[in-house]
Amino acid sequence: MKLAMPVDEKNLESTVCISFGRTPYFLIYNTENGEHSFLDNSAANSQGGAGIKAAQAVVDQKVEVLITPRCGENAAEVFSAANVALYKSSGNSILENIASFKNNELSKLVETHAGLHQHNK
Amino acid sequence: MKIAVLSGKGGTGKTLVSVNLASVSKNGTYIDCDVEEPNGHLFFKPEEVKRNEISVKIPVVNQDKCNGCRKCVDFCKFNALAYINNKVKVFETVCHSCGGCNLLCPEMAIDEKDKVIGAIETGSSEGISIITGILNTGEETGVPIIKEILKMQDVYSPVTIIDCPPGSSCMVMESIKDADYCVLVAEPTLFGSHNLSMVYELVKLFEKPFGCVLNKCIDGENPSEEFCTVHGIPVIESIPFDINLGTINSNGDIITRQDQKYFELFSNLLSRIKEEVGL
Repeated sequence: MKLAMPVDEKNLESTVCISFGRTPYFLIYNTENGEHSFLDNSAANSQGGAGIKAAQAVVDQKVEVLITPRCGENAAEVFSAANVALYKSSGNSILENIASFKNNELSKLVETHAGLHQHNK
Repeated sequence: MKIAVLSGKGGTGKTLVSVNLASVSKNGTYIDCDVEEPNGHLFFKPEEVKRNEISVKIPVVNQDKCNGCRKCVDFCKFNALAYINNKVKVFETVCHSCGGCNLLCPEMAIDEKDKVIGAIETGSSEGISIITGILNTGEETGVPIIKEILKMQDVYSPVTIIDCPPGSSCMVMESIKDADYCVLVAEPTLFGSHNLSMVYELVKLFEKPFGCVLNKCIDGENPSEEFCTVHGIPVIESIPFDINLGTINSNGDIITRQDQKYFELFSNLLSRIKEEVGL
């Protein structure tokens, strides 16, 4: 199964990025064979709609799961339409999150935030 | 003559200055372009109010015609479109209604629909025309509403006061675009002088004649006044930090309609601006 995670640097010893839409990179990781790659997040410098663009890029990698500390509601809508499951990261270690996910220890991400540019109530 | 009143932040006294300048003018017009929080009407309490809804165009995708080329998704600078599960998804609140996707689609699969984003209310108060722009909560930008207001006939009255949104964003630029003169309202604090510097840069960029009104003035140092001195900005009026003014204003009353001293202050300010514009 392929999963994605926003990360601060392009190596597995790096940390989970606190932002989804404006993370510098995404880790794309295959849980069956450990194959992985890093994707530059071209949405990071967008004026607006970064979450939508970032989600599009992640969905295009055909991942089934996203592990992230938080996610905006527009990005969550993209993932929902693409049937990508969202899990909440635990701690900031990439490798520990992958291990936790494999052991079914991560919980689903249920809360999404309204975004930083809009004033939705 | 169109006079725009602006400031780098909220709460400096834009509405106080705008409402009272309009109030001392004869048969003038007051326009509230602060569409996210229009509040001039609270002071004028306009009568015979008429309301017109304002719409923008939003893309509607005919999924049967769409061949998934993604040209629209790649084109949209606001990232309002995504292509998911062989369908184009439109994020209406992110869309800026530029119409680019509709023009660009090689399959002509994108139509447009109207979406109401707010309204314009017109009324009058003791001979002054009152126009209020109102943006619905959650909408991306009030620029389309401000554009519609500034097309109206009422804008061409002898004195039109444009109460701008705070800051120096697109909505402020749209509001001052056709102004003959810009009034920058500033508070006597360090934070106030920083916000003054933002709108100062903006009006210079637009090559507008401008002057500064120092509000809430107390004895002692005034960083905004120092900023004006350093940059050669004319200070066209100083309004004192006055409990009587504050009380009348917080009650939603218009100070120039109640206090002769302030009627003279704002009449002098309006004359000064007319002189600056050359009228």
